[in-house]
Amino acid sequence: MIKIKNLHKKFGKLTVLDGLDLDIEKGGIFAILGPNGSGKTTLIKCLLGMVVPNKGEISFQGNNILKEWNYRNNLNYLPQIANFPANLSVIELIKMVKNLRPKQANEQELIDLFGLQPFLKKKLGNLSGGTKQKVNLVLTFMFDSDLIILDEPTTGLDPIALIYLKDLIKKERDKGKTVLITTHIMSVVEELADEIVFLLDGKIYFKGSITKLQEQTNQTNLEHAIANLISKQYVN
Amino acid sequence: MRFFKKYFFLLTLLIAFTVKSQTKTITVCNTCDVKSIKDGIDLAQDKDTVLVKKGIYNETRIFINKSIHLIGENFPIIDAENKTDSVIAVKAKDFSISGFRIKNVGLSYTKEIAAIYTSHCTNFTISNNIIENCFYAFIMQRANYGVLTNNKVNGHAIVETSAGNGFHLWKCKNMRIEKNTISGMRDGIYLEFVNKSFISHNKSENNIRYGLHFMFSHHNEYHHNEFKKNGAGVAVMFSKYIKMHHNTFHFNWGTASYGLLLKEIYDAEIVDNVFEQNTIGINIDGCNRITYKNNHFVRNGWALKFTGGCYKNIFEYNNFMHNAFDLSYNSRLNDNEFEANYWSEYTGYDLNKDGIGDVPFRPVKLFSYVVNKTPETLVLLRSLFVDIINFSEKVSPVFTPDNLKDKKPLMKPINPIQLN
Amino acid sequence: MLKILKYSIFDLLRSRWSYVYFVFYLILGFVLLFLNNDVNKAIITLMNIIIVLTPLIGTIFGVMYYYNSKEFTELLLAQPIKRNKIFIGQYLGVSLSLTLSLVLGIGIPFVLYGLFKSASIFDFGLLIVVGAFLNFIFVALAYNIAISNENKIKGFGYAILMWLFLAVVYDGIFMILAIKFQEYPLDKFALTSMMFNPIDLSRTLILLKLDISALLGYTGAVFKEFFGTSKGLLTSLFILCLWVVFPLLRIHLKLRKKDF
Repeated sequence: MIKIKNLHKKFGKLTVLDGLDLDIEKGGIFAILGPNGSGKTTLIKCLLGMVVPNKGEISFQGNNILKEWNYRNNLNYLPQIANFPANLSVIELIKMVKNLRPKQANEQELIDLFGLQPFLKKKLGNLSGGTKQKVNLVLTFMFDSDLIILDEPTTGLDPIALIYLKDLIKKERDKGKTVLITTHIMSVVEELADEIVFLLDGKIYFKGSITKLQEQTNQTNLEHAIANLISKQYVN
Repeated sequence: MRFFKKYFFLLTLLIAFTVKSQTKTITVCNTCDVKSIKDGIDLAQDKDTVLVKKGIYNETRIFINKSIHLIGENFPIIDAENKTDSVIAVKAKDFSISGFRIKNVGLSYTKEIAAIYTSHCTNFTISNNIIENCFYAFIMQRANYGVLTNNKVNGHAIVETSAGNGFHLWKCKNMRIEKNTISGMRDGIYLEFVNKSFISHNKSENNIRYGLHFMFSHHNEYHHNEFKKNGAGVAVMFSKYIKMHHNTFHFNWGTASYGLLLKEIYDAEIVDNVFEQNTIGINIDGCNRITYKNNHFVRNGWALKFTGGCYKNIFEYNNFMHNAFDLSYNSRLNDNEFEANYWSEYTGYDLNKDGIGDVPFRPVKLFSYVVNKTPETLVLLRSLFVDIINFSEKVSPVFTPDNLKDKKPLMKPINPIQLN
Repeated sequence: MLKILKYSIFDLLRSRWSYVYFVFYLILGFVLLFLNNDVNKAIITLMNIIIVLTPLIGTIFGVMYYYNSKEFTELLLAQPIKRNKIFIGQYLGVSLSLTLSLVLGIGIPFVLYGLFKSASIFDFGLLIVVGAFLNFIFVALAYNIAISNENKIKGFGYAILMWLFLAVVYDGIFMILAIKFQEYPLDKFALTSMMFNPIDLSRTLILLKLDISALLGYTGAVFKEFFGTSKGLLTSLFILCLWVVFPLLRIHLKLRKKDF
């Protein structure tokens, strides 16, 4: 579904992606992990067309995506920080995003799920961080797309909303969707991820299932396994 | 009875006079016995009337040397066919000319020729004539007690050197030039060595040099005239005791253009005039003891521009409104007095509510000093930077005369006027 | 693009600042007209204010809006929309809402005053046109600065410096140069210098209307041709358009390589 070949990106003198190759097949939940500054967000932004790579190729569903924009109609993205125009109300924002995409949306179901009904008429500027994140989730999941990219989706959510979110993600997988998640919360990874993509020094350091990771690092606990991978960076 | 006697005597006397002054009227027209104006005048004697009927007369050098009344009926046309001779020339007293339309006097670089040319005339009236496309319209030499009224002069002057003046008076006295309209000439009205004369209610516009031009003429008065869009405005030069009041000077635009140019004028009065949208309202060059009062300076480039040494002039109760520069001053010394004028740029306050601002107003801006030195900086007019340097100069004057200020600026304009 | 524009305007029209700006002009207009009763003076004062303030407000609003809506912009960037359209839409949104505040804020008092019956209507119209141009130009310049500077503080700093430079320093430098080289013919230099600064250019346009009597006092033939004919007006308007087009082009080029 996604093919990335020899991807390079530098910000000034800092090399973030250094000849990254990645293949992601259709279907399943992929957790993109890595230490701070390993290039997770940059990778995702390259995929979204928000960051222009210095070198390399990216294709999505068989088509090159660099300098294109139409392909984005077939992916949903949840940004890390939810910050919306302060003077629009929740419902206006939802309508606006719907307006921007020529696609059916099932926002009502999600609004009910996250209990946003009472907030619909409120201005976005007056909402708490958690509520904003819920709105953010609604905007992401209301469209039916083949690829879903979630950047730190759990930020600011209360436990119940978190459970709903996990269910939501699983449901999408069951529909045969591809889901990319970045997170620092290992329980989420453990619970959801079919496969782990581990980035280090701008390259894919590890790609495979959790069991494969545990075997390779000789750790039974995922958190330790990851720590083990990260510690290699410090050794080098 | 004595009463009756007296009246009887007076009556006989009156009849006797009337009989004696019995005059005749000679009619000139294309179908009359007398077909040319010249012949008509030849036939006339003192006090006769020559009545010219409507028609076209191709005559020049019509000479009048007797006291007659030459009257045109329904504006007969005298067409000079561009000949370089004056159409009517007069050397007489007690005469009048009126009601003619005189056209096409050719231009000459050697002779002064005019539609109506008079020399050494006294006690006469020239009125209601229309002069079109003539080199000079009226030339008066050494005239005394002449009245020029209700004439219309219309020329097509293009360059100064090949154009004549509307009214050209030289060495005259006691003249009245009233209610004439003049346009398209070199100078609308030109006066040289003319004394004790009145110029009023004239309209002089679109002349290529001055609307009105005084040279060496003293004790004159001009008022209620309108001067509009003249090449250089109105010039009053080397004259004393001139009264100028109730005139309007407007839309005189150009590099050397003024509402009014004063050069070497002493003891004049300039009162109740309107100067609107001229490049320079009044250009004052070497003038002393002039009183400027109740004048309105509205939206001129420079309301007042001093170019030579000027002493003991008094400016009071004038309105200075929205001029790009109220005052341009050429030296650091000031001997002129500005008091109780209204300045639209004044931003002071009046705490005791007596209508007089509590802080003096300084009409000379640093920027006007800069523009004098480097005219191209004019494009910075009204920019924030200019406001800043003006402000700093206002706080501590360095380049502008320290004592040039209105100590009693008015808070409200004097006699608000209706401008067109 | 129109959708983005619509929502930007929607958002801005509800912002407090739009109202503050609108009310400011409204009060200014009323004070100038009704406490003064002198249309000429009102227009001259307004000109002074518009020439200085519109660029400042445009710059600050532009930069502020860009940085404030950064995250939201990122959300938009993940939608199937071209980059350009997002930014041009937002740019137009900011410029139009500012222009609207200006037009209504000044327009209402003038209409109530009965301006449409007076001869000042053309001066007033020109003032509004120039104000609108300045909004569009300075919001575009602000966007340029913001796009080139990820750092908010730096972006604000540069934007204010740019305003200060164009509003004050530029004229100062021009005046110093003009005085220094006053022996040389400077009229072409003077006019060209004015063209390279949108604030000066707008001022020139208004001077053409308000102070023509003074401007024609200068002897240079170039000045005379420029100010004395309609050439000045047309050239100035044309170059004002260029001042909108070029910053927009740069935004366009910058966006092609920009990372978010």
